[in-house]
Amino acid sequence: MITDTATSKPVYNDTIVKLFTIACVFWGIAGFTVGVLIAAQMAFPQLNFEPFLTFGRLRPLHTSAVIFAFGGSALFATSYYVVQRTCGVRLWNDKLALFTFWGYQAFIVMAGLGYLAGVTQGKEYAEPEWYADLWLTVVWVAYLLVFLMTIIKRKEPHIYVANWFYLAFIITVAVLHLGNGLALPVSMLDVKSYSAFSGVQSAMIQWWYGHNAVGFFLTAGFLGMMYYFVPKRAERPVYSYRLSILHFWSLIFIYIWAGPHHLHYTSLPDWAQTLGMTFSIMLWMPSWGGMINGMMTLSGAWHKLRQDPVLRFMIISLAFYGMSTFEGPLMSIKAVNSLSHYTDWTIGHVHSGALGWVGFITFGALYYMVPKLWGRKELYSMKLVDLHLWIATLGIVLYIAAMWVSGIMQGLMWRSYDDMGFLQYSFVESVMAMHPFYLIRVLGGLLYLSGALIMAYNFWRTIRGDIAIKEQPLTAQGAVA
Amino acid sequence: MSFLYKHKKLEKNSILLLICIIGAILVGGIVEIIPLFRQETVIEPVKGVRPYTPLELAGYNIYIREGCYLCHSQQIRPLRDEVARYGHYSLAAESMYDHPFQWGSKRTGPDLARVGGKYSDEWHAAHLKNPRDVVPESIMPSYSFLSRHGARLHDIDKHLRAQQALGVPYTDDMIKNAESDAASQAHAGSDNQTAMEERYGGPLNVRDFDGNPMLVSEMDALIAYLQVLGTMVKFTDYEPASATNTAGETQ
Repeated sequence: MITDTATSKPVYNDTIVKLFTIACVFWGIAGFTVGVLIAAQMAFPQLNFEPFLTFGRLRPLHTSAVIFAFGGSALFATSYYVVQRTCGVRLWNDKLALFTFWGYQAFIVMAGLGYLAGVTQGKEYAEPEWYADLWLTVVWVAYLLVFLMTIIKRKEPHIYVANWFYLAFIITVAVLHLGNGLALPVSMLDVKSYSAFSGVQSAMIQWWYGHNAVGFFLTAGFLGMMYYFVPKRAERPVYSYRLSILHFWSLIFIYIWAGPHHLHYTSLPDWAQTLGMTFSIMLWMPSWGGMINGMMTLSGAWHKLRQDPVLRFMIISLAFYGMSTFEGPLMSIKAVNSLSHYTDWTIGHVHSGALGWVGFITFGALYYMVPKLWGRKELYSMKLVDLHLWIATLGIVLYIAAMWVSGIMQGLMWRSYDDMGFLQYSFVESVMAMHPFYLIRVLGGLLYLSGALIMAYNFWRTIRGDIAIKEQPLTAQGAVA
Repeated sequence: MSFLYKHKKLEKNSILLLICIIGAILVGGIVEIIPLFRQETVIEPVKGVRPYTPLELAGYNIYIREGCYLCHSQQIRPLRDEVARYGHYSLAAESMYDHPFQWGSKRTGPDLARVGGKYSDEWHAAHLKNPRDVVPESIMPSYSFLSRHGARLHDIDKHLRAQQALGVPYTDDMIKNAESDAASQAHAGSDNQTAMEERYGGPLNVRDFDGNPMLVSEMDALIAYLQVLGTMVKFTDYEPASATNTAGETQ
């Protein structure tokens, strides 16, 4: 367990954590807003404004803003917060840490402006062009250095489990980024480059990257977050040390193999598809190992869920993690994938993981950190946290239910035949059938965005040092618990 | 509990932990990726696949720039409905010169792997200007600016050279003539047609694609690209070489 020294603030570099926390909230709201806009574009195509604000250019802006800007800032903030407290030392090299902040923000802006101008490598979640990729490499090496050197100079004898996950996330993302990013610029003065790989090989390398962007950026990193903030908030030790060792190593080993499930029935050789499917199914177990370890940490403290909406955020996030890591292996089975691939089901699956797991564990961690970072006793309002929780949960449910129905319907319409054995529906009939579900999705996204705005307001008042007057009893209860 | 005891070593040595993590994450990638570079087992050789002409390559780059791949796949799976809807399933060779691949992952719109020749140039031009003029229910954005913007051809030879460096079989002759080839492909009855077709080894689509002979526009380039998609391999004389393909087809 984390020792009491973890609360002696003066030695820690919290400035850098504050900066990334603010960036995280800002980019979250920006990314969710673009998400709502592109969801609305699919229901109302008139909302596309050529040439800069079309779906094709805004979609990478949305995915990069939520994954790399929002998620990335959350990972930077929490990893810097956690590594100092679990190692009992101040972050190594303040200046380099500050460079990772401005360097990373510069990367986000560079990439985002590029997308609007149509500058893209054309690979999902790896769209930034070569110059932005090179810049990110520099920033990422600095990040690895700051994190690793802090661990090396630690006062605690053991490296805490959260840091294993953060370390695996940082180093693996570096490997994936370098491997998939290999490209040849047209000239040193041209923003355009051509990927070093083509056809089948580029597909395999892209999804080796793409699936492990999910596996390491959106899973391992956020599991690191979970392993610190859930035990801290519940004031209970991690449920099983043994399980954390087992699921850590099996998770990072198995995840890497799962990429080819994005390429079922394509021109990728069959053996690679089968390997991808097999390992994707095996991945179910280590994923649930993490979920169980997180949830069972509440053993003997379940009553806290009644009083503490912040803990509720964390536990619901684990529930979504469990659900989407069951759905993932299911969708990786070739027979299921033949229906689900290319449809909205995939989009729904991604969002149950992204909104439910990544978003909620981040919100939980932020609600935990913000009062501590700014030296406030409690959040401005726990009732607003609760409101955020329910609005966001309702938003996710609407979103993923709409995408399940539309995705499966799409898949079934594409493969249905009439009595004569001809295809029953033209493609555009399937497009028309999606319309009501695209509307529901916009509503779900709006609810989720509203929740984030409520959170931002709550943080603003907390940082100012306000406490909602009506909430004194609830705050007092929280303090006792 | 001996493995727990042994694991303590890793928990106390950050560099050892880092090395073990790197080892664990490299295995899967190595096993799945390295064998794919033995081309002969991955890409079945077929007749007809050639590098894109300079105008088509400019179109491919516009396709990427506008993020078309985010809503349109270029990969027909060997499933009954897909073959019925889109045509012969995609072969590995058909995307072997795409740096990177454009297989996509989502069909908000239909697959485009074999869209070449299915619609007229006029249809494409009208559809790109405002999709709802020809398909009222379409949710695709309008791209009318493409017909107003000149295609960027003055440095297209550099693009061919970069691709050549990456292994695409562009000849020096193709690179030298890249800009004039691009311009003449957008003009029907160009003097250059015979020489160009000789360079690229077969008949090409040579005509004014967007209906405006005054300008070689981005619309010309994009339509030239769309019209060649999936048309390079002639399936009238194609026989699947391996048993796996046949097995896939019966799924």
